[in-house]
Amino acid sequence: MRESMEFDVVIVGAGPAGLATAIRLKQLDADLNVCVLEKGSEVGAHILSGAVLEPRALNELLPDWQALGAPLNTPVTQDRVYLLKEGEIGKQIPHGLLPRSLKNDGNYVISLGNLCRWLGQQAEQLGVDVFPGFAVAEVLYHEDGSVKGVATGDMGVSAKGQQLATYTEGMELHATYTVFSEGCRGHLGKQLIDKFDLAQGCDAQHYAIGIKELWQIDPEKHEPGLVLHGSGWPLEEASGGFFLYHGDNHQVAVGLIVDLNYQNPWLSPYEEFQRMKHHPLFKQYLDGAERISYGARAITKGGWNALPSMTMPGALIIGCDAGTLNVAKIKGTHTAMKSGMLAAEAIHSVRAEPASKLEQTFADLFDQSWLKEELFGSRNFAPAMHKFGSFWGGAYNFIEQNLLGGKSPFTLHDDTPDYAQMQTIDQFTKIRYPKPDGKLSFDRLSSVFLSNTNHEEDQPCHLVLADESIPTGSNLSDYAEPAQRYCPAGVYEIVEGDEGPKFVINAQNCVHCKTCDIKDPAQNITWVTPEGTGGPNYPNM
Amino acid sequence: MKILVGVKRVIDYNVKVRVKSDNSDVDLSNTKMAINPFCEIAVEEAIRLKEAGIADEVIAVSVGSNASQEQLRTALALGADRAILVETEGVVEPLNVAKALAQIMAQESPDLVILGKQSIDSDNNQVGQMLAALTQRPQGTFASKVSIADGSVSVTREIDGGLRTVKLTMPAIVTTDLRLNEPRFAKLPDIMKAKKKPLDTTTFEQLGVTPKQHIQLDKVEAPAARQGGIKVSSVDELIEKLKDEAKVI
Ligand SMILES: Cc1cc2nc3c(=O)[nH]c(=O)nc-3n(C[C@H](O)[C@H](O)[C@H](O)COP(=O)(O)OP(=O)(O)OC[C@H]3O[C@@H](n4cnc5c(N)ncnc54)[C@H](O)[C@@H]3O)c2cc1C
Ligand code: SF4
Repeated sequence: MRESMEFDVVIVGAGPAGLATAIRLKQLDADLNVCVLEKGSEVGAHILSGAVLEPRALNELLPDWQALGAPLNTPVTQDRVYLLKEGEIGKQIPHGLLPRSLKNDGNYVISLGNLCRWLGQQAEQLGVDVFPGFAVAEVLYHEDGSVKGVATGDMGVSAKGQQLATYTEGMELHATYTVFSEGCRGHLGKQLIDKFDLAQGCDAQHYAIGIKELWQIDPEKHEPGLVLHGSGWPLEEASGGFFLYHGDNHQVAVGLIVDLNYQNPWLSPYEEFQRMKHHPLFKQYLDGAERISYGARAITKGGWNALPSMTMPGALIIGCDAGTLNVAKIKGTHTAMKSGMLAAEAIHSVRAEPASKLEQTFADLFDQSWLKEELFGSRNFAPAMHKFGSFWGGAYNFIEQNLLGGKSPFTLHDDTPDYAQMQTIDQFTKIRYPKPDGKLSFDRLSSVFLSNTNHEEDQPCHLVLADESIPTGSNLSDYAEPAQRYCPAGVYEIVEGDEGPKFVINAQNCVHCKTCDIKDPAQNITWVTPEGTGGPNYPNM
Repeated sequence: MKILVGVKRVIDYNVKVRVKSDNSDVDLSNTKMAINPFCEIAVEEAIRLKEAGIADEVIAVSVGSNASQEQLRTALALGADRAILVETEGVVEPLNVAKALAQIMAQESPDLVILGKQSIDSDNNQVGQMLAALTQRPQGTFASKVSIADGSVSVTREIDGGLRTVKLTMPAIVTTDLRLNEPRFAKLPDIMKAKKKPLDTTTFEQLGVTPKQHIQLDKVEAPAARQGGIKVSSVDELIEKLKDEAKVI
């Protein structure tokens, strides 16, 4: 029998959603027993975002955040949006023509990891038990099928599944309510959505992969608060867009977001990003500068049309684990936080009135909130891009977001899951990416090095294949095993040996982005939690 | 028997160290910090002695900033009974740490002091030896095995070319090497309990120690980036390059 502990509320994942839930719960009732479990070695270690923060939810949660020392140091001073062409800066879209949703007046350039570190401290000061270094591996159910709590993974198990000298059995955490806030493609969230059929009647969920680097640049070229966005070159066979944010300490965050509904199996989001940095728009800042961090994370971007029901008996699923990101703004932090605050309010009110139902209470709170209004208003943004392409989709979005204020009379749908979009190699010519120059562009391994990623080597592989023959079978013949290209950390390799091709999984390099779980055309790879503390150690991402 | 263990807050071993752009120091802003691995081994050894019924109290001590409480709480979660923080901002030099520990030894009268052989940030490898000198007590450094019998402690030391076992009368000072043990994982209920265990804070001043600065940090530089390899086409070319370019033959 595993040991167990009892709590009023257990929260899985210390991202903005989970931490906002914890803080709101303690604000509403200081006597509640609340704990937050986080798989990273510390709060913030696994957080990777842009990020431009819209402070709306934070203003509501902790109105005196400034006095409390929240790390919002850089207000956005300038917004520029570009349509890139190869080799030239191309067109800057005049500020007046931007969709309202892409303007950032009143927002801040932040490190979301650091905001989460700070939120974690605020939660602890309110009496929340925050436990970093514990990966939640399993959902526990009552006999009636409702959620009973969760269990952390065992530690000290060898690759072959044997108990090592350091073996420590996982713990059960039982709670009246369990809140799942694992972020994009949570491995438990995925099971819950399936088990409780939460996505019934929704469009297929859509995803993107975001790859990001942090650079220390020449102070002379640094303009704190300058925010650049855009699309165009180098992405030709996928939709997506780039960002470059000037934060504090003479650092810039540069990244590329690639929609995972691309069709060409030769496409490599990682290499698209590397070659992008050679464009004069980026080069002007990065030339001679030092790259100090690297990482990647998937983004849930189906929005309103794909948003599952967020409650089930005994539990809620919130933030990007459910899919509360606003694609029109490319922002998910304020919405994730708001969803957590609503979850806390629902739990609090159901505890006060046991006759009421969590499902209905949450649904009512959600319906009356700005979160609902915001997500509903941007519901056509991504499907329009998918349906009409970047140009006409952009025009559509301009009209809808500016002239109609998101209130168009109809809804567009895109119901093909991203993995099913992948076409076979015979329909494409191979994409030849330029070799990295070691100054602006780099290979995968030297990049992963900068993510401070580590996993205890002797443990079961946390990337589980349902069928071991697929990677060297149909995935190889039909798609030239695309995992070699979409994984931003070089985890997957096809190695030619005497006995033919072999599929190698370098699991210790995994940065927990979840792309393989999403994009494998055979849906054969399942990401499960490795031993707690394993994964990246992002400093300021 | 009472055991005192030293615990230092250092940059996590998984994190790549980066130098500040003005070369004044390494950049520790928002990087993951952790208990020094050799100190963790010291804590583990002390707890094992307690579990074996040999020790009855384990006290963890740290000299460092207020944030070091986090590492002391880790030691408490692993099984230490109480903790003492000698709180100080700024750089802590080995001699100042040793002097503070000597004072705590005088107050607590432990039978055994277990410290890491060095901390992975500055790699000084000095505190244990200095403490032994200051307190005039025997030392067993680089321990890969510790056993206690009849009021003395046998320490197997890792030395160049082999092992040497020394027998020390207690109170004694032991510093740990990597192979001494494999530290355990802290468990959730123990982390909760650790929050309630006593953690006292003191200062150099209260201990009667005046910290002195003996070392001045002039400059920190990252090691030169490794040059990529090249292919040579013949043995002659190789010899020529080794002679003229690398100048090694
Ligand atoms: C490249 C990129 C750029 C972005 N830019 C912006 C931007 O500019 N503005 C903006 O508002 N948003 C931006 N976003 C989106 C934003 O980062 C997310 O919407 C937000 O982080 C979602 O918060 P969350 O709390 O739901 O999940 P997350 O932030 O993903 O946090 C989830 C946490 O749960 C932990 N966890 C997961 N599973 C488990 C488990 N089983 N056990 C224990 N712990 C677990 C994770 O380690 C993580 O710490 C961007 C995202 C990316 C990838
Ligand atoms: S193995 Fe999967 S989750 Fe890990 S980095 Fe690669 S694509 Fe991301």
